[in-house]
Amino acid sequence: MTPARDEYDVAVIGAGPAGLAAAALTAKAGLSTLLLDENQGPGGQVWRAITTTPVQDKTLLGKDYWAGKELVEDLRKSGAEILQGATVWSLDRNLEIGISVGGGACLIKAKRVIIATGALERPFPIPGWTLPGVMTAGAAQTVLKSSGLLPEGRTVIAGQGPLLWLLSAQILRMGGKIDLVLDTTDKRNYRRALPHAAAFITSPYFLKGLAMMREVRRKTRVVSGVTSLVASGEGHVESLSFEAKGKKTTVPVDVLLLHQGVVPNVNLAMSAGVKHHWDDIQLCWAPELDGKAETSVPGVHIAGDGAGIGGALAAVARGRVVARAAIDALKPDAGASLPSAADLKTAVAKAEKGRLFLDLLFRPTKQFRIPSDDTIVCRCEEVTAQDIRDSVAVGATGPNQLKAYRRAGMGPCQGRLCGLTVTELMAEARSKTPEEIGYYRLRAPVKPIMLSELARLPKTDEATKAVVR
Amino acid sequence: MITRADAIIVGGGIHGCSTALHLCLRGLRPVLIEKDYAGRHASGVNAGGVRQLARHIAEIPLSIRSMDIWENIGDLLDDDCDFDNHGQVLVAENEEELDACRDRVAELNRHGFTHEELISAAELRRLVPAVAETCPGGIVSRRDGVANPARTTTAFRRKAGRLGATVREGVAATNIRQENGLWRVDAGGETFEAPILVNAAGAWAGRIAADLGEPVPMKAVAPMLMITSRVPDFIKPVVILRGRKLSFKQFRNGTVLIGGGHLGTPYPETNETVLDWAKLHESAETVFALFAVMRNATIVRAWAGIEARMEDDLPVVSRSSKHEGLYHQFGFSLHGFQLGPGTGAVMAEMITTGKTNTPINDLAIDRFTGRSAV
Repeated sequence: MTPARDEYDVAVIGAGPAGLAAAALTAKAGLSTLLLDENQGPGGQVWRAITTTPVQDKTLLGKDYWAGKELVEDLRKSGAEILQGATVWSLDRNLEIGISVGGGACLIKAKRVIIATGALERPFPIPGWTLPGVMTAGAAQTVLKSSGLLPEGRTVIAGQGPLLWLLSAQILRMGGKIDLVLDTTDKRNYRRALPHAAAFITSPYFLKGLAMMREVRRKTRVVSGVTSLVASGEGHVESLSFEAKGKKTTVPVDVLLLHQGVVPNVNLAMSAGVKHHWDDIQLCWAPELDGKAETSVPGVHIAGDGAGIGGALAAVARGRVVARAAIDALKPDAGASLPSAADLKTAVAKAEKGRLFLDLLFRPTKQFRIPSDDTIVCRCEEVTAQDIRDSVAVGATGPNQLKAYRRAGMGPCQGRLCGLTVTELMAEARSKTPEEIGYYRLRAPVKPIMLSELARLPKTDEATKAVVR
Repeated sequence: MITRADAIIVGGGIHGCSTALHLCLRGLRPVLIEKDYAGRHASGVNAGGVRQLARHIAEIPLSIRSMDIWENIGDLLDDDCDFDNHGQVLVAENEEELDACRDRVAELNRHGFTHEELISAAELRRLVPAVAETCPGGIVSRRDGVANPARTTTAFRRKAGRLGATVREGVAATNIRQENGLWRVDAGGETFEAPILVNAAGAWAGRIAADLGEPVPMKAVAPMLMITSRVPDFIKPVVILRGRKLSFKQFRNGTVLIGGGHLGTPYPETNETVLDWAKLHESAETVFALFAVMRNATIVRAWAGIEARMEDDLPVVSRSSKHEGLYHQFGFSLHGFQLGPGTGAVMAEMITTGKTNTPINDLAIDRFTGRSAV
């Protein structure tokens, strides 16, 4: 299956909350809309496998999960063309999009592009994080949602953030076993977040979050105030040593799930030339956006967590704001029957309420973001924290210059698993801000494509004409 | 305050850095000014080909001089630059192309150059077993090879710095002028002056030359490259095709670089480039047809560097035709990386002794602007 046409009014990349909401609205307004999504079904990470999950007992994955169903149905009625299993590997300032789907590649163009590629888990580079048996909470949740599979063996979940508690609750509800939850939230964060608690208490996340934490604490052992984590083992993780309140403990472990929050997935936007800045509260790169969520590349908008972490509800609201902007630009008459831009923005503000409280509370501490010694930073090329510090000492000034010394970031993941760590580590080593240090210059294809796919790329109309002439 | 130096070099590509290093070796204290960082553009992101093969006759002496330096690059820079010399092979895909190869080698021999050798189908297959069996032969230049461009350019910059060159990165050279017989250049908050100015500003050199009254027919171009994930070792030499735009090499770590000169779109003002996937598709198609072993490889990255291309595809390596103390070293037209070490040596020689034994007359700027004034 390939896109039905060469050019669309709107191309939406990613069928998570933001993409679903945006595509449904632009299609309903009569704009030719193509929704491209890498997974086999819509939903993104938060509503992964919503149309196919074997976990049908609604109480297990929770109400927030099943809320996605309505948006998917909405989209399906909207007239948008939906392409699942479609990987977008390129986007440029001419709004040309490179797509791989069903073993073939093609290029299409759009008048407006809405990037809704969401978030990635923040790297969690502790000693031993690359051992088999250590995985991210997000990866565990993906398996759980799409196939109903639970971790097996002695299982420890370590880190912080809403997803950590949600996953723990989901595993426990489904009859899974968690031996230990290690909470790395810095005690001082409570004091920093407290002044912003009022807004959070009225947010929809407050009561749900509290209930979930209670549920997990009731069912399993939780250790708070964890200040260090070291995984070790021969060929597979065997034990985990941690420190809490000055006390060192070592526990045997077969599965270690790590998570310390999510950050915007910037790869596609950055490779298209979209300007980003360092967000010092969320500790990540975020795109520079105007009031219509349009980026520095004209015609390219970003909605959802890719625009700065806001959660699923905010993503839906932001998706609609961006859709409205595209409609206003391309077919202003169609806007009359739609919710006003002002109402849509109010919805965003409502959904984002309390975010600052969460950001400050779950701001990961430095020792879990900036590793030391021989802890691996770049998994693809096996570059350690010490390697990077050594390179800085002899003249490497930023992530791109580092490539002349070490191959960090030059592997197939293009920095998804190490980029933030490298920026922060180099910033610390050089006593600079992450903004001054910068990020890897990202290049298409942002996801690897087969040489054979590129070799079979269909000729564009233009190229065919040129040959005929 | 004005800081005095022996020479000001504008541009921190391999050429500017090499000239800085060679000036230091001759006892001068140069200052090098780079608007981004050393190796940010063409010098750091090119294909890394260290190639005498298939060059225009006018630049072969410079290329040979460079090759002598490359072969001892570790001694010069305290860094091996990942330099490997497994040769470069030009592949003829049919008899007609092989005839052209035969004529080329004969012409070189008439000029006294012997670095290119005609090879038979059997020798081609021995050097490049993975090439399609239909190819009837080609040319080999056995001393040629490949190096890591970012690492090499950085190594030149670092060694120049260690030998006493002042390096300013992240500041553009502005307000270039000649006052009281000295060249003065502003860089950030600083001003430098020196009797010698070297214009090695790559894609941005044309503007400097024009501002100084020596306009040249040059444009900025963005040659594209792509690299694959690691594949098992299957090829030692660099391969280029006689009839199609393709070059092909496998690095020590197993990744394969595919290039050949297809161009993207450069935006020199913002350092951006946009790739042309229809052209990269052509490269992929060619690789697919000629190297069955590559068919399951994945492309992990594609990019383009911004560099200068002269109308006649030959670089400008000469003193100015208008101004005392001004030297030009730019316009390498997609094949300047291998020339970097040798050209820096020649420039330093010209600057300090007034002459060089390496014939570079055909590369002078006065081929565009009239007779040399100096």
